Amino acid sequence: MAGSAPTVDRKTLWGGGTSPFGVSYGKIMMWFFLISDAFTFSGLLISYGFMRHRFESSWPVAEDVFTHFPFLHGDHPLLYVALMTFILILSSVTMVLAVEAGHRMNRKGVILWMALTIVGGLIFVGSQCWEWMHFIHGTELGALQLADGTIAQWVDSAKNAFTLPGSDEIISGSDAAALIASGTEVYGANLSVNEYGVPLFADFFFFITGFHGTHVFSGVVINFIIFVNVLKGTYEKRGHYEMVEKVGLYWHFVDLVWVFVFTFFYLV
Amino acid sequence: MDFDRTAEYVQHHSEEEGVKQRKMIWRIFWVLLGITTVEVTLGLFYKDWNLAWGFVKWTFIILTIAKAYYIVAFYMHLKHEFKNFIYAVLVPYIVLAIYLIIMMLAEAIYINDADKLL
Repeated sequence: MAGSAPTVDRKTLWGGGTSPFGVSYGKIMMWFFLISDAFTFSGLLISYGFMRHRFESSWPVAEDVFTHFPFLHGDHPLLYVALMTFILILSSVTMVLAVEAGHRMNRKGVILWMALTIVGGLIFVGSQCWEWMHFIHGTELGALQLADGTIAQWVDSAKNAFTLPGSDEIISGSDAAALIASGTEVYGANLSVNEYGVPLFADFFFFITGFHGTHVFSGVVINFIIFVNVLKGTYEKRGHYEMVEKVGLYWHFVDLVWVFVFTFFYLV
Repeated sequence: MDFDRTAEYVQHHSEEEGVKQRKMIWRIFWVLLGITTVEVTLGLFYKDWNLAWGFVKWTFIILTIAKAYYIVAFYMHLKHEFKNFIYAVLVPYIVLAIYLIIMMLAEAIYINDADKLL
């Protein structure tokens, strides 16, 4: 370094002294990464909003789609996803408590709270698997896909009368029989068929919750790596726990995205 | 030579400060939980209570933004960073997001209306 360092006019250029943001390089870059990631999620959610308003009449109501709850029969809209939201908020709290313990150089506290965060993350990913399984599997009754692709819902298990999307009028008798004969029965949802309504709804569900689930899963993996370092005493030797803070930022971001997914997919 | 200057920016705090911080963390937790409870209750019962959908929808959106504020400001600690850093993080995002939302939703509603005319 000696001798060859260029001279910098400190009045016009930043000479490499104290960070103008008062934040370390690693943390700035984590924030900038999170902004780019936020753009990706916004793109997905806004295109969801676009398609939803575009196909307003045939768009399924999420409350009618996600009605299952483990070990309970019947319809329980919103309850399961509310539980998932609760789990994720709780894991955000344990994460921020791990960061706080790190500020006091309290290694035992960091270990406890990070372990709980990892457990919370795994429970959330597991819950999402369960929700996907039900969505892919569908209802016992299924639905009728007409020859033109429209999804009609059965009135009852006799399967001789149905309603069309956006109307309450029951179609039965000979009108229905002809349409039933030319249509196909569909069960559950995948990327090309969706018994609850337009296939696009299923596509967005798989992409958005899948992309979010991937983030949760990678968050768990990253948390686990840092957790192992905490156990090994790496940060005790380094003199600070800023790595915990950085993965904490990522983890809170994942929680933040879920707040928006919860509102725009399940509530609105 | 050690180029990692992270240690210069790390905030350590005392046990007394820690007690205050933990109190704040749990207070925010109850706020987040409360908002979520209100959202879920509203989602389950707004039909029984005969509330207008437009009102319910905007309540959801405002509550969501409030939740996002608490997470970003306190859990991600952004509120206590330098002002120029707060702007560097938030301004590019908010400007583009608002632009995209207005543009895409206006277009979607237009296409939907145009379909009805056919």
